[in-house]
Amino acid sequence: MSKYVIVGASAAGIGAVEAIREVDPVGTITVISEEPCPQYSRPMISDLVSGKANFEKMMCRDDQFWQKNEVQALTGRTAVSLNLAEKWVALDKGDHVNFEKLLIATGGKPFVPKIEGADKDGVFTFTTLSDAEHLLEKVENATSAVVIGGGLIGVSVTEALVKRGLKVTMVELKDTILSLILDPTASEMVENVITKAGVTIVTGQSVQRITGEPEDDNIVGGAVLTNGEQVQCDLVIIAIGVIPRMELVSGTDVKTNRGILVDRFMQTNVSDVYASGDVAEAYDFVFGENRLLPLWPLAQLEGKVAGYNMTGKKADYPGGTAMSALKYFGIPIISIGIVNPKEDDAYEILTRHDPERNLYKKIVLKDNVIVGITLANDIEQAGVLFHLMKNGANVKKFKQELLSEDFCLATVPRSLRRKVYPGEYK
Amino acid sequence: MLNKRSPKALSFTQKITNHLFLMVICPRFRLRKRGGCHTKRIIVKEEYCMGCGLCEVYCTVQHSKSKDIIKAYNREHPRPLSRVRLEVNKPVSFAIQCRHCEDAPCVTACLSGAMQKDEATGLVTHDAEKCIGCWTCIMVCPYGAIKMDASGKVVSKCDLCSELDVPACVANCPNGALVYKEVKP
Repeated sequence: MSKYVIVGASAAGIGAVEAIREVDPVGTITVISEEPCPQYSRPMISDLVSGKANFEKMMCRDDQFWQKNEVQALTGRTAVSLNLAEKWVALDKGDHVNFEKLLIATGGKPFVPKIEGADKDGVFTFTTLSDAEHLLEKVENATSAVVIGGGLIGVSVTEALVKRGLKVTMVELKDTILSLILDPTASEMVENVITKAGVTIVTGQSVQRITGEPEDDNIVGGAVLTNGEQVQCDLVIIAIGVIPRMELVSGTDVKTNRGILVDRFMQTNVSDVYASGDVAEAYDFVFGENRLLPLWPLAQLEGKVAGYNMTGKKADYPGGTAMSALKYFGIPIISIGIVNPKEDDAYEILTRHDPERNLYKKIVLKDNVIVGITLANDIEQAGVLFHLMKNGANVKKFKQELLSEDFCLATVPRSLRRKVYPGEYK
Repeated sequence: MLNKRSPKALSFTQKITNHLFLMVICPRFRLRKRGGCHTKRIIVKEEYCMGCGLCEVYCTVQHSKSKDIIKAYNREHPRPLSRVRLEVNKPVSFAIQCRHCEDAPCVTACLSGAMQKDEATGLVTHDAEKCIGCWTCIMVCPYGAIKMDASGKVVSKCDLCSELDVPACVANCPNGALVYKEVKP
C-alpha cells in the first residue's frame, strides 16, 4: 500500500514528487517507470546525439533524487492495468501496488504512420533516451539520413545529425517546416539557416516506402518520397510527433478524448485519479478549452499541480498554451500561443521584420489582449510579453511599443505593473 | 547573434561621470552597512532611480575575472555581462534583476535542471555547466531578468553576489534605489 502512486517518472512525475514532498514529508510514494534511469531530460536527447551533452549532463535531477525524496522507485517496470474499484495498479510481473491517490503520467509515444519497410534496421523513432542511444550507435558508420517530420523533434534531430557530419534530408508533409509553431516568415528564416547547414528540405511530401540495401534488404538503403523521388540514406528517423499513451486507462471509467481529460486540479473524472504531462488534455488559457500540449515545461507544471492536489493542498492549474523556445541552428526563436491567426477581423497583427539583421517579431492581439507572440533573434523580453499575455492585460495604451527593441518592463505603465506584478508593489 | 545597444543606454563614460557627480552632491548617498544572510532580497525603489546605470557597471565588474573596473571593461573579451538591467522609459527608470521568485517559473520550466531553487536560502541558482541554452527560462521569466550570456550558449542571471555581504548593484547605487533587506517568506 502506498499513499501516492505515480506511473511515469519524466517531467510530470518528477514535478509531482517534488510537490508532494514539499507538503507531505512522510506519505509513502511509489513511482513506476519503464526506464531504468528515468530522471533525465527528454528534450536533451538530441544533445546526446550531437555530442553536446553526455549522459551525466542529461540528468535533470541527481542520482539520489528518488532516495532523497524517499520514493520507492520501481524502475524498469511497467504498469499494465488499473483497478479503480479496489484502487490498485497491476505491474508486469503479476504483482500490484495499492494506492490512495494515483497520478497517470505515462507521457506520449511516437506516432509512426504505416510506411512500407519501416521495420528495417536503421529506422528510428526519437523520443526516449534508449532511442537516442540506439541512434548514436549507428551514427558513427552512417553518412546520410532522412528525417520524416519537420516539427520540433525533426528539427532537433536534424541539427544533431548535421553536427555528426551526416547529410540530412528533411521531409515535411506541410508546406512549411515547424508549421504548428511558426508563421511562414519565421519558418522561412529557420529553413534558410537549416539549408545553409547543408540540409535538403523537402516540403509537401512524405515518405511512401523505405527501401533496403542491394546486398541486404533488411538494412535501410534509401527512401522513396510520395512524388516517386528516391533518396539514398543509411538512416531514417521518424519524427512526426507523439500521441498520448492511454493504454492504462482503456476500458476504465477514466474519460478520455485525444488525451486523458483533466480538470483545473489535474484530476480526472474519477476521484483520486490524476493525470499530467503529455498523456493529459489540460486547460489552454488562450483557447479556453482543454488541448493536448506535449511540452516539457507544461508537463512539469502540471505534475506539480497534481502533486499538491494529491496531498490535499488545493492548487489551480493556471493553464498553459503552445509555447516553444528554439535554439537550433543558432537562431533563437520563441513562439507562444496563436502564431497563425485565421483571417478574421477579431485579430490584430503587429509585425516587424528586419531581414538584414535577421530580426522578426510578431504579436497577435485580440481585443487588445496578447494572444500570440513570435520573436526571432531578439528574445530576452519574451517573458514580460508572456506575463502580460497570461494575465490578459489590456495593452492598448502601449501596443505600438511592444515590438520595439527598447520594450521592457519599464514600458509597461505603472498602473498596469501594479496590477500584474502585485508582489513587487506591496 | 544580435548585439543590440539601446539608444537610451548610457555610455561607460557617462555612467562614471554620473558616479562622480552623484558622490559629491547626492544627499542620499551613503555607504550601507554590510552583513546578513541570504534570506534578504533586493527591493527596487523605482521612485529613487535616476537611471545612472552604476548598478550595471558594478555588476559587470563583480562578475568579471579581474574584478577591476578598467580591466573588466577594456581587456576582458567578451566583456562580462551585467546581470542587472537598467530599464529606461523616460521619466521612468529602474534596475531589475532576478527576483528569486518564491514560485519560480524558470525552475519549473528548465529543461536541463540547471535552474534550481536552493532549499536552504530560497535563492534561484543557475548552474552554467548544466545549462544547454534552450532559452525556455527566458520565455517564462515575467521580469525579463534572464539574459543570454556573452557566449550566446548559456543564460546568465543575478546570483545576489553570493560571495559578498551586499550585492554590488545595491552597494553602489548612489541614491538608495536598490535596497537589500530581509523579506518575509
